Amino acid sequence: MEKAIVSAENVTYTYPAEEGKQNHAALHDVTISVKQGEFVAVLGHNGSGKSTFAKHLNAILLPSGGAVYIDGMDTREEGLLLAIREKCGMVFQNPDNQIVATVVEEDVAFAPENMGVAPEEIRRRVDACLETVGMGEYKRHAPHLLSGGQKQRIAIAGVLAMEPSILVMDEPTAMLDPAGRREVMQTVARLNREKGITVILITHHMDEAAMAGRIIVMHEGEVALEGTPREVFARVEEIRRLSLLPPQTVDLLWHLRAQGFDLPLEALSVEECADVLEAFLKK
Amino acid sequence: MSEILTVQNISHIYSAGTPFERAAVKNISLSVQEGEFVGLIGHTGSGKSTLVQHFNGLLKPTSGTVLVDGQDIHASKEATRRARFQVGLVFQYPEYQLFEETVYKDIAFGPRNMGLDEGEIDRRVRTAAQQVGLPEDALEVSPFDLSGGQKRRAALAGVFAMEPRLLVLDEPMAGLDPVGREEILQCIERFRRVSGAAVLFVTHSMEDAARVSDRLIVLNQGEILMQGSPAEVFSNSQALTAAGLDIPTVTRLFIELRRRGLPLSPAVYTVPQALAEILRLKNGGEGEVC
Repeated sequence: MEKAIVSAENVTYTYPAEEGKQNHAALHDVTISVKQGEFVAVLGHNGSGKSTFAKHLNAILLPSGGAVYIDGMDTREEGLLLAIREKCGMVFQNPDNQIVATVVEEDVAFAPENMGVAPEEIRRRVDACLETVGMGEYKRHAPHLLSGGQKQRIAIAGVLAMEPSILVMDEPTAMLDPAGRREVMQTVARLNREKGITVILITHHMDEAAMAGRIIVMHEGEVALEGTPREVFARVEEIRRLSLLPPQTVDLLWHLRAQGFDLPLEALSVEECADVLEAFLKK
Repeated sequence: MSEILTVQNISHIYSAGTPFERAAVKNISLSVQEGEFVGLIGHTGSGKSTLVQHFNGLLKPTSGTVLVDGQDIHASKEATRRARFQVGLVFQYPEYQLFEETVYKDIAFGPRNMGLDEGEIDRRVRTAAQQVGLPEDALEVSPFDLSGGQKRRAALAGVFAMEPRLLVLDEPMAGLDPVGREEILQCIERFRRVSGAAVLFVTHSMEDAARVSDRLIVLNQGEILMQGSPAEVFSNSQALTAAGLDIPTVTRLFIELRRRGLPLSPAVYTVPQALAEILRLKNGGEGEVC
């Protein structure tokens, strides 16, 4: 059996109560295990607990109950904090909150510098990571003059420069346009496929989730659905009940089924859906 | 219908005279009619955000003219000030701009700057709160105690309360889940219906743009690539793809089905349209193409 590189066991998390307010649990008894090299997408509407879960993976938040292990390291052990954060890199939604330097290449060098990596190695990593995200020609630019999409790619390069084995991304493309999203998602898929980096992607985008090997849908702090993209998206009614929208391909087939036509719901891609509809219309 | 916004041949060059000199907007002309719902689409760096900041005078064009209600907004300080009230600009992530002690005070900030009397301010705050679906008791809490979606709506209310005649929104649904996106769209549509104001919203979601807009303007590299009704624009999906934009999944599906020889309409961009079109063909080509 492959080993679980991320293991959350019965995690409960309650945000500290503010004065005069009921504190509410953002995570209830969440158990999730991710194997080395997996690509897992976590879906859920705003407030479903998916970001709270993500923040447990490199000890930004510590569980109120249960435990999180990153490559066997318990996130509650203070002495392991740096090792955990080197192992598990995190990219957030808003690149402006992640960029620290005034020159692109200095920003990407920030983490390896702090890790004590040798200067020549830092140079190599910075150049390689900027190429990976397609921002090589911007290395001497000032980040604040770049567009949101470009800044996000710089932020991703900055995390990649640590050479983490796990990449946790919390809606990394929410501020990007379709072309930027595609570039980032292709980069992420390539890192997963070619370098074997374990990817945990928190997203609202069904088409991004469809690229993952496994989807976990969260709802009100719990795991509500889990399976391959095909299995999860075919459950249209449940998806809707969880305040998510199924992909348009599946949605269209579902509506045709509701009209009494016997069509399969598993056609996720445009080509698969076209096959189903072509057969249906030419019948 | 009269023209609320007229943009004539504007260009904007950033960092002129430095090695980073870049023309973000190149010789653009466009107009917006009262009551219209316009979607402005383009990929990152296409000049959308730069362009809209000219509409209320936040940026001054390097060349060209911006008219609001027929008046050149840079003719005088007074004209610029008037444009700021007539054109309400909602930035990306507007909830980051909430700052007051209570939601009420935050929404009242704009109307108070306009020099309105307390009675009118109160009416506008309550109307705007209602338009965005914030309950009365939310008005007295700190904006920082609201949920993410409520914060976004409170920030919108602050602009609605100025009762602009043109509401310009830069990516108003960014970072929200599908349900949150729908809520925001409905708030904007409600405001437009009740106030009769024009709405221009910037997005890179073709699906959102297509669903609500009367007219789409597509920007590419600082220039207008095309404009027209959603059906017209989506019929030209090749040019959209070439401009780095994603066409809706159902549009791609219909292109594929047409390629396979099925006589379907090329102008399909929503699931209900796709459904109607497939049923039409299934039932022997009867009925209207939508």
